[in-house]
Amino acid sequence: MIVRILGRGQFQLDDALLGRLNELDNAVAAAVASGDAAGFSRAFGELIGMVESEGKPVPDDELVTSDHVLPHADTTLEEAREAFAGEGAIPG
Amino acid sequence: MAGLMSRFTTLFKVKANKALDRAEDPGETLDYSYQKQLEMLQKVKRGVADVVTSKKRLQLQTAKLEESIVKLDGQARQALAANREDLARTALERKTLIQGQLQGLDSQIAQLEQQQQTLIDQERRLSAKVESFRTHKEVVKAQYSAAEAQVRIGEATTGLGEEMSDVGLALTRAQDKTEQMQARAAAVNELVDTGAIDDLTQPAGSDLDQQIAALTAGNQVDAELAKMKAELGTGGGAAGELATGTPAESAPAAEAAPAEEPKP
Repeated sequence: MIVRILGRGQFQLDDALLGRLNELDNAVAAAVASGDAAGFSRAFGELIGMVESEGKPVPDDELVTSDHVLPHADTTLEEAREAFAGEGAIPG
Repeated sequence: MAGLMSRFTTLFKVKANKALDRAEDPGETLDYSYQKQLEMLQKVKRGVADVVTSKKRLQLQTAKLEESIVKLDGQARQALAANREDLARTALERKTLIQGQLQGLDSQIAQLEQQQQTLIDQERRLSAKVESFRTHKEVVKAQYSAAEAQVRIGEATTGLGEEMSDVGLALTRAQDKTEQMQARAAAVNELVDTGAIDDLTQPAGSDLDQQIAALTAGNQVDAELAKMKAELGTGGGAAGELATGTPAESAPAAEAAPAEEPKP
């Protein structure tokens, strides 16, 4: 699967990692829901870190569609909350 | 609540599909994407220039704040020597506040440097992908039937649209960051400009003073006052050293400190 981290480009990851990816993603969502800033930066940092360490960067000249998209690595809890609320960090 | 990832994937795909939807056939997509790339290249250059300007401004401000700290420290010593603990306290409160601002500036400068690098990397990726799209289109047209070519070029088009949206978002983000930092820099400047104690005989009482007092960590001020008192030997008989009404400008901080080191 291809995962894009906004601002950092695309990474090719083994499909077997999807479970772990979703697990971390759920932890991020739970932290956003409860407004837990420390929990958010821990889970989100782990999520970004996993994609970067387990994934292989897609070469610059390759044109592929992403299966999953993650926000910028420096996304704050506030920005993540806005993304859930409306268009948020991705303006039209 | 759905995951953050699925939320972003949905939002981003909508945007990426919009990025190139004006072009319907691959030929048009190519022309359009070149045009978009040129526009983005200009914007990225401007974005990088803005980031660099903001960074320089923050670096200048850092120097200015460091100067203020030295000055306020000297003023606090003078005030204490003149038995004006109230004024010394005000000066130290301001010093503490400025020290806090200074710590924030370092991390902001680092953030701006990161923004700058991200923009440069993204422009490089986008250029490579536009070029690749051009080659890809020719290869696909030569090797596949029209229908098959359409599908394959469609995938490449989506990939290119994603990259453009990603760069577009990075630009918006860099702009927001520089605006935020400029606003903060202006606020800090105001603090420094109005925060200097020009006349030690005037009691402090402005809005700013109250604001500062509320924000300041009193403990650090008390500790510094105690330390200065100890250094001055309680400061009781030193009042005569400071002529009443002497403006701060005529008694710079450097002269108030013990002159043990030769001047550079």
